[in-house]
Amino acid sequence: MIKKILSGLIVIAVVVAFLIVWKPAIDEIDRPSADSFSQDQIAKGKLLAGLGNCASCHTSDPSKPLAGGVDFPTPFGTLYSTNISPHAEQGIGTWSEEAFVRAMREGVSRDGSHLYPAFPYTHFTKVTDEDLSALYAYVMSRQAVDHQGPDNQLDFPFNLRMLQAGWKTLFFDEERFQPDDRKGDAWNRGAYIAEGLGHCTACHSPRNAFGAEIADKTYNGAVVDNWYAPALNTTHAAPVPWTEDELYQYLRSGGSNWHGIAAGSMSSVVHKGLIEAPNDDIRALAVYFQDLTGAVDSDEAAKVAAAHVRQAQEAMAPDNRTGEELFTSACASCHYNAHSSLKAARPELSLNSAVTAPDPVNLLRITLHGIDEPTGLRGLAMPGFRSGLSDADLIALARYLRQSSGQPPWENLEQHVQDARQL
Amino acid sequence: MTIQFQLNGEAISLDVPEDTPLLWAIRDHAGLTGTKFGCGIGMCGACTVHLNGRATRSCITTVGSVDGQQITTIEGLGQDGEHPLQQAWVDAQAPQCGYCQSGQIMQAATLLQDFPNPTDEQINQIMSGNLCRCMAYVRIRKAIHLAAGSGDSSSAGAPQFYEPGQEEMSNA
Repeated sequence: MIKKILSGLIVIAVVVAFLIVWKPAIDEIDRPSADSFSQDQIAKGKLLAGLGNCASCHTSDPSKPLAGGVDFPTPFGTLYSTNISPHAEQGIGTWSEEAFVRAMREGVSRDGSHLYPAFPYTHFTKVTDEDLSALYAYVMSRQAVDHQGPDNQLDFPFNLRMLQAGWKTLFFDEERFQPDDRKGDAWNRGAYIAEGLGHCTACHSPRNAFGAEIADKTYNGAVVDNWYAPALNTTHAAPVPWTEDELYQYLRSGGSNWHGIAAGSMSSVVHKGLIEAPNDDIRALAVYFQDLTGAVDSDEAAKVAAAHVRQAQEAMAPDNRTGEELFTSACASCHYNAHSSLKAARPELSLNSAVTAPDPVNLLRITLHGIDEPTGLRGLAMPGFRSGLSDADLIALARYLRQSSGQPPWENLEQHVQDARQL
Repeated sequence: MTIQFQLNGEAISLDVPEDTPLLWAIRDHAGLTGTKFGCGIGMCGACTVHLNGRATRSCITTVGSVDGQQITTIEGLGQDGEHPLQQAWVDAQAPQCGYCQSGQIMQAATLLQDFPNPTDEQINQIMSGNLCRCMAYVRIRKAIHLAAGSGDSSSAGAPQFYEPGQEEMSNA
């Protein structure tokens, strides 16, 4: 009897597991011609692709747009983005809209295999039907690129795609965006963009050992690809909370007066992705993130900024004259500010996110390797000082800047400096 | 790699490695020797030129990082050496040996853009990265004050980069 019950349970378990893991293939179609989509749909899809910044993860060679091949090192091995151009063999040319929507919302490929969550379907699941339809029109009307990137190099057992079904059971809820009736239209539009196509938390939230975003640490900030993506909630370390106007300036231009410039993948978000978005959408994102960071109004923030800079300039560093002298001789020509008139073109380091962040990687790599035009603000570049500053100099300088910003000292600076030289 | 940029308003095209210092391109390829080599590590200011109208150390700025941009050297700062800062430099008899002066003037031009009427403290802070082995600092500061009273100090025809908040970008 017990034997029968046990075998019954095992059969049920296998069937349930099969139902969770198995997804059917969706039939291939002939690639739809570009003129089967309206120009309005394609134009709307282009904007949406900008909000999602699809191209930056799916393009490794600018002459092969959307053809994939970008590497994503993870603790489980290296993933390579796929070709999402409408090429029939290499890309998604034979995908119906139904297959495209399922991939975006459920993380399942056309052939039924599970996709890895490096592809942020966990966010794209929130996107509306009509937006996905426009995005499909845009992607399917691009140039079909005959290119296949490298195969994924994942360690066993992470190379078994069926295990992703278990990951999804633990960490994924398939659900559309739900507006918050207590908030205004701009806030809800901003939230829809940020949490859906924008997938902002993918970089700005820490992840657990399984590579899933930690639910109660959403927007707490994280190190991704050797850049620190700052906290966007009230745990942030910025001396001046982000105001709506500062967020708007930053997301529109790549730089702000009180926080510094966009760098790393955020530079691509601003200059290649959000560049497609109308001002209203940028404003909506600003409204949403101002609410998350608990910001004050612009006048109040200006006072906080001026007081902070004055305090930083008056602060003495008797135990670190070297750091102060290095700042004066190497940095002040471009970074010194009058506390009453801070300029984005003279990034004020006592307020700068690279200095106030809990991780020194942004400051160290920018100081060593500089910033190309147009990574941050258009027209502005900073040379790297890797030849002029020794490790000891860099440590003294970083300690001085950190002290003048009013933050506690960074730990293990020597190791961080050595690591940053290798980047 | 072919790098193209504007040098004093003229198009330059170079086939050099992208990590070639901008200073090399200016002196050796374009033959403009007003910009000087000092320390080669961005710590003395002698090589200062303008990138889109703002001072930068050309010895550590790579040509790859300024592709498509506008560079101005001392030769292009004003017409016929008549930029207000160059005039002030003559009036104050600022230079002694003169080696660091083109870098000093280029840095001072950016200083006056950002601080049209600078205090001594502001001049000291922003000019401290430009070394002068002849100790002409007092006269350099005097020249900057003189120029501050005489109007526009930006480089001739230099584009202004986008400063957030100055304008609404037309990207709707």
